[in-house]
Amino acid sequence: MYKEVLRSIEGIEIYPIVALLIFFAFFVGVIVWSVGIDKERLRELSLLPLDGERAKTTGGSDHE
Amino acid sequence: MSMEKFQYDNGVVRNFAIATVVFGIVGFLVGLIVALKLIWPDFLSFLPELSYGRLRPLHTNAVIFAFAGNAIFMGIYYSLPRLCKAPMFSKALSNIHFWGWQLIIVLAALTLPLGYNTSKEYAELEWPIDLLIAVIWVIFGANMLGTIYKRRVKHMYVAIWFYLATFITVAVLHVVNSFELPVSLTKSYSLYAGVQDALVQWWYGHNAVAFFLTTPFLGIMYYLIPKAANRPVFSYRLSIVHFWALVFIYIWAGPHHLLYTSLPDWAQSLGTVFSIMLIAPSWGGMLNGLLTLRGAWDTVRRDPVLKFLVIGVTAYGMSTFEGPMYSLKNVNAIAHYTDIIIAHVHMGALAWNGGLAFAMLYYIIPRIYRTELFSVKMANFHFWAATLGIFFYVISMYFGGLTQSLMWKEFTADGLLRYPNFLETVLQIMPMYILRAVGGTLYIVGALAAVYNLFMTARQGSLLAAEEDEAAPLTTHRGERETALHRMLEGRPTQFALLTLVAILIGGAVEYVPLAMIDSNVPTIAAVKPYTPLELEGRDLYMREGCNGCHSQMIRPFRSEVERYGDYSKAGEFVYDHPFLWGSKRTGPDLHREGGKRVDAWHVDHMLDPQRTSPGSVMPAYPWMLERALDYSDISAKVAAMRTLGVPYEEGAAERAAEDLVVQAKEIARGLQESGYDVAYDREIVAMIAYLQRLGTDIKSDSVYVAGFEKLMTRRVTATADAGGDFDVSEPLTDASSLAAGKAIFDGAKGLCYTCHRNDLGGQIGPNLTDEYWLNGCDLPTILKNIRTGFPQKGMLPYGNGQRLSDEEMLQVASYILSKQGSNPEAPKKVDQQRAQVCETTW
Repeated sequence: MYKEVLRSIEGIEIYPIVALLIFFAFFVGVIVWSVGIDKERLRELSLLPLDGERAKTTGGSDHE
Repeated sequence: MSMEKFQYDNGVVRNFAIATVVFGIVGFLVGLIVALKLIWPDFLSFLPELSYGRLRPLHTNAVIFAFAGNAIFMGIYYSLPRLCKAPMFSKALSNIHFWGWQLIIVLAALTLPLGYNTSKEYAELEWPIDLLIAVIWVIFGANMLGTIYKRRVKHMYVAIWFYLATFITVAVLHVVNSFELPVSLTKSYSLYAGVQDALVQWWYGHNAVAFFLTTPFLGIMYYLIPKAANRPVFSYRLSIVHFWALVFIYIWAGPHHLLYTSLPDWAQSLGTVFSIMLIAPSWGGMLNGLLTLRGAWDTVRRDPVLKFLVIGVTAYGMSTFEGPMYSLKNVNAIAHYTDIIIAHVHMGALAWNGGLAFAMLYYIIPRIYRTELFSVKMANFHFWAATLGIFFYVISMYFGGLTQSLMWKEFTADGLLRYPNFLETVLQIMPMYILRAVGGTLYIVGALAAVYNLFMTARQGSLLAAEEDEAAPLTTHRGERETALHRMLEGRPTQFALLTLVAILIGGAVEYVPLAMIDSNVPTIAAVKPYTPLELEGRDLYMREGCNGCHSQMIRPFRSEVERYGDYSKAGEFVYDHPFLWGSKRTGPDLHREGGKRVDAWHVDHMLDPQRTSPGSVMPAYPWMLERALDYSDISAKVAAMRTLGVPYEEGAAERAAEDLVVQAKEIARGLQESGYDVAYDREIVAMIAYLQRLGTDIKSDSVYVAGFEKLMTRRVTATADAGGDFDVSEPLTDASSLAAGKAIFDGAKGLCYTCHRNDLGGQIGPNLTDEYWLNGCDLPTILKNIRTGFPQKGMLPYGNGQRLSDEEMLQVASYILSKQGSNPEAPKKVDQQRAQVCETTW
């Protein structure tokens, strides 16, 4: 039954290619974007689990 | 800004912790039992419920869903509220989730040993339990999403993304892979068949590892390493890339479990490419975890939590490097079906999942009990016992697996298999099996130390069931202007979750849709017919006993496999296999071409005592198959279900099924009785034999030796017809010159047959060939086959392949042997009454 449904979609063969392209584009997007996030913000985010002890002593993340 | 006060529920965390520990020990112990069964097949074999085939799925399910599963929930119920600065959404849902999950585990622990399973790896549980899993999983997800909505921290920390992806993907995987048609409360058939079923199963199996055993633990890693080391993660940027890359790539890699199988090539290549791509995010994640500890390695020396985290993350790196390597076809050709994969998964389970689970326990238990760990020394002992145990385990299995694989593939200079007897390759690696059991024992000893240590920790403290915390309410949840896309996304869990869903659905659909849609992807073979009702029952017994845990039904297109097992498997042969039974491990030989290889009586002997037919075999005995009556009360429903699934049974086949079954069963039982075996037609063994004898026979005329034989026969028919004669292909040669030629081979240097069977064929080392008792069948094709492949384990060489004798010469020898039937030589070798069967020759 589901085979009939799938066959009835016209031009279905280009969907996988479109999917792959979307994937690739998204991927590149994530990388480009992640390179551009500002450092202070990243530092803030990375400290989320550490609140309470929000140890400003953590000199560890200065490479960001 | 005013602070709001709220309480974390530590009670449910404690419950999940206890469940983790208890089911962990159970899972490890069952693992040790099955490891010991491979050394002593009779160990604990007095009950069918404790046989290897039934305990193996219990072991995998216990470790994955009970041990790792409860550990995940412990970690999430501890970290999620603290990352959200909000208690879990609903305490009632938390409790339903906890008890529901334990109920599932108990049901699994009962049904799997009883033999109720779907045969699909890591999805063995039958449909009613599948439904329960779906319900409980949704409750878990609702509870988690509710908590995230009510959070007081605007941004979702990366750990939460991993938790969300886990929930969504596992839900999709579970639902899609569990499409099955129920026959009764305890039996169902997969909606997919053959190649498609295999693809869906390994899309599931692979991503169950990815999204049940990896992403939630990664989330926990991103929470726990910073907490335990008291420093932020090395690179938050890397963690973002890690997450998206994993979610986008993982879902495509499933077909790497099916390399060199009947799966179409394009799908196999897709799996390989995406597997290689996976190295990048996986190693990025591993390095991110380990580098967080840079400059803090001194604390690793002191803190058992960090020790377990380090070995866990390191093992994650090793496993995720190995995985892509095994996805290369040339490496997979060696690694697949062997203990190398067993080593690989245990590196993941014992070190990565086990390491993180115990790190969590050592971190969380003292905190929720407001005390210190009872004994750091004992935790260190646990660490070293576990590490050494893992070491012994994986090294022995890598070594054993590689050894066995190379033995399977080794040819002599004559072009024959060096180890034609599968058992030789098993006996060779027995020491490795023993070493593996030692490693497993060490790991359990360590885990028992952990249990005691954690118990004493809890006893010296007191549970802080409701832990107070405070945080400012989140007022700017939607008001603040968002600048970047991701900032917006991570502030909105719904959109975030939907995007993840889309990402994983596309990957799955791209793999599955073309297979379902394009017929040419699974070429149909006209000779392939549905199973008879009796064979269908036999197939269900095969699943009940978990035969597929040790025997594959997928001969890969390698010369070594075709030579050993017969013609390689074709996609079209499995079109009626709901579910597919390709298997993933060859502890015993492949069975896809088992049909017709041996006489029925051999199978009776073999099931009763595998050691008798195959000395040294590690297969357990199945005496109950001879004792138990076959329950075929559901056979009509089963055939009807198969029809519904599209298997072309004739109209009325379901109604007639029971009758047909009895007719076929009586036929087999009669044959057995004639061979001196008193087996009633309604015993389970009869159905099992029917199924085994059917395996791979649909297109067997293509298989190597039969094809050779038939070609030879066709040539002779043509030759005789040309000479004006009438030639029956099933008859041996009778003309004097052929018999003389046969005698010359038998008595001469070419065959050397006389050295074992005597010049008068009366038998010496080898059996008497002149009486009506035959060990391995007496019809001409069988004798030809036996001459061709020999019995190397008993000292008879294979004569085929044109290396020693040509097809024509083998036919001459076989005809000569048959011409000596009833010649009554003096003082013949005594008949081995136990094994020989009376054979009525019609020559």
